[in-house]
Amino acid sequence: MSQPAHVDAHQSSPISVTGLSHDYDDRRALDEISLDVSTGEVYGLLGPNGGGKTTLFKILSTHLKPQTGCVRVFGHDAAREAPAIRARIGVVFQRPSLDPKLSVFENLVHHGLFYGLTGSRLKDGAAEVADRLDLRDRLTDRVETLSGGLQRRVELAKALLPDPGLLIFDEPSTGLDPGARKRLWDDLQALREERGVTVVLTTHFLEEAERCDRIGILAGGRMIAEGAPGDLKRSVGGDVMVIQTRFPEDVSEKLKKEMQLSSEIVDGQVRITAERGGELVSDVYRCVGDLAESLTLGHPTLEDVFVAHSGQRFEIGDEDAEN
Amino acid sequence: MPKTESRPILMAAIYSLWKREILRFVRDRNRLLGSILQPLLLWVLIGSGFRGSFAPSGQTEASYLEYIYPGTMMLILLFTAIFSTISVVEDKREGFMQSVIVAPIHSLGIVLGKILGGTTLAVGEAMVFLVLAPLVGIPVSVDSFVLTVGTLVLIAISMTGLGFRIAWGMESTAGFHAIMNLLLMPMWLLSGAFFPLTGAPDWLAWVMRVNPMTYATAALRRVLYYPDVNPVSDDLPGLAVCLGITALFGLVMAIWSSFVVGDRDRGSS
Repeated sequence: MSQPAHVDAHQSSPISVTGLSHDYDDRRALDEISLDVSTGEVYGLLGPNGGGKTTLFKILSTHLKPQTGCVRVFGHDAAREAPAIRARIGVVFQRPSLDPKLSVFENLVHHGLFYGLTGSRLKDGAAEVADRLDLRDRLTDRVETLSGGLQRRVELAKALLPDPGLLIFDEPSTGLDPGARKRLWDDLQALREERGVTVVLTTHFLEEAERCDRIGILAGGRMIAEGAPGDLKRSVGGDVMVIQTRFPEDVSEKLKKEMQLSSEIVDGQVRITAERGGELVSDVYRCVGDLAESLTLGHPTLEDVFVAHSGQRFEIGDEDAEN
Repeated sequence: MPKTESRPILMAAIYSLWKREILRFVRDRNRLLGSILQPLLLWVLIGSGFRGSFAPSGQTEASYLEYIYPGTMMLILLFTAIFSTISVVEDKREGFMQSVIVAPIHSLGIVLGKILGGTTLAVGEAMVFLVLAPLVGIPVSVDSFVLTVGTLVLIAISMTGLGFRIAWGMESTAGFHAIMNLLLMPMWLLSGAFFPLTGAPDWLAWVMRVNPMTYATAALRRVLYYPDVNPVSDDLPGLAVCLGITALFGLVMAIWSSFVVGDRDRGSS
C-alpha cells in the first residue's frame, strides 16, 4: 500500500479543507466549507448550535467520513487515511470520555495503550502530563470524585499523552466555572508555546472565540466570515449603536426621515453602524428616545461581526439543536 | 518529538479494554452478586418446585434440578454477558467510546477487548456455579472440567458478541432491556435449557432448532457429563457440531460488531 501523502506529512499544514459539504438525510449541515490551519495556531470555529461546527468537528476528528470535498490532516486524506490521522491528533470531546470508576492514572494508562505507549514510556508519559497539568496529587483518585474543572483537565491530559501535533477540542469551556475556564486557557496557551501544539476548537462563546488567533464563523452550514478576531471586528467599521425598542419599524423609519440615517432591524433590535457614533448618540436619542427602551453604543464585537454577515443575532440560532 | 516510533499495538489495546472491564466489575459488588444470585435463586426455586410435578420428556433418571443445571449455567453466562455489554450503551452516550473510536487501532480490537473482558467475567461466575455440580449428581472429572471451561469460554464469547452487537445499536439502556426481554430471554427459554426439544410441539421444536443457543446448551450438557453420555436424549447433533455452530455464531457476531464500530458514514455516536 503506497502512501504518497505520508512522505511530506510533517511539512503539511495541520488542517486543509476545501469544498467540504455534508448532508444528513435531507438537511445540509455543511455547505462548501474551506479552511486552512497552520502550525502552532489556535483556530476557533465559532457558531450557534446548528451552525455546522459539530459536524465539522466530527469530520476533523475522523469520527465522521467526509462526503464531498477534500479534508487533509497533516497531509492525510480524512476519507481514506483515518488511521494515519488518528495517530497524530488528540481529541477532547464535549461529553466526558473518562471512565469515572477508574482512577486518573488508570484512565491515562488505558488511553496510552491505544497509542502504542507501554512500560516505562507509558508511566513516565502519564506522570509528565499529570505534572504539566497539576494533576500529580490526583493520580490515584477516582475520576468520579473530581470536580468538573479537574475532570476537564484530565481529559486534556489524556489527549496530550500520546504527544499529538494537533489538538481538536469540542467546546472547551462547557460546564466550567470562570476560574476553571481561565485555567484551561492558560494551559492551552502554555502548551502551544512549549510543545508547538496546534489547537482547533469549537465554541459558541464569543469571549472564548476572542482568545483564538483566528476564527471561522459558521452559520447555517456556511463559513460566513474568517480571520483574526480583531480584523473581523474592524471590518464592521466604526461604532455600533443598538436600540432596544418595541417599535423597531417606527424607529427605523423615523431615523431615516428625520436624520437620513440608515439602520437595520435584526430580531427586533434596531442597529446602526456609523463612524464616530459618539457624536451621533445624543441626536439619535433626541430623535427616537421616547420610542426606545435602551440605547447602547460600542465598538464592534464578534456578535456584531456575526450580525453583519448573517443578518441574525447570535443567540437566535441557539434555538435549533444540532444533530 | 512526534511519536512515529510508537506503532499502536492491537494486543495492547485489547488488553487495556479487557482490564477496564475487570476493574469495573471488581469495583461494583452489586453486579457481582446480581449476575450470580438471580440464576441461583431461579435454579433452586424452579428446580425444586417442578421436581414432583413434571418429568421432562426424554429424561430417564435425572431430577429436574439436574436437568436445568446446565440451563442455569447458560443463564449465568447470559446475564453476565448482558451486564457487561450494557455498558457499551452508556459508553457511547457518555463519550468514553468516542475517544476509543478515534484511537488509531482497528475496530476489531475494540470489539475483542470488550468481548474478552465480558467472557472472563462470565466464565468466572459460571465456574463458581460449577462447584455445585456434584450436588445434583453431575460427576466432575479433570477431563470434563477442562472441556467444560473451554466450552464456557466459547459460549461466553458468542453471547458477549451478540450483546455487543445489540448494545451498539441502542440509544438507551431501556432499549437494551426491551431486547433482553423480547429476544435474549426467549432465546434462553427455547434453548433446551428449560425443557427439552423432544417433548415440544413440532413448530416449537423447529424454533428451537434454528436458535443458535440450543446448540450451546447441548454442547454444555455433553461436556458436563464427559466421558459419560448425558442423561437427556435431545435429538441434536454431537458435541463437535454443537461447538462448531457456537463458535461460528461468535465469529459472525464479532466481525459484524467490528464492522458497525468501524462505520464512519454515520458517525457512530
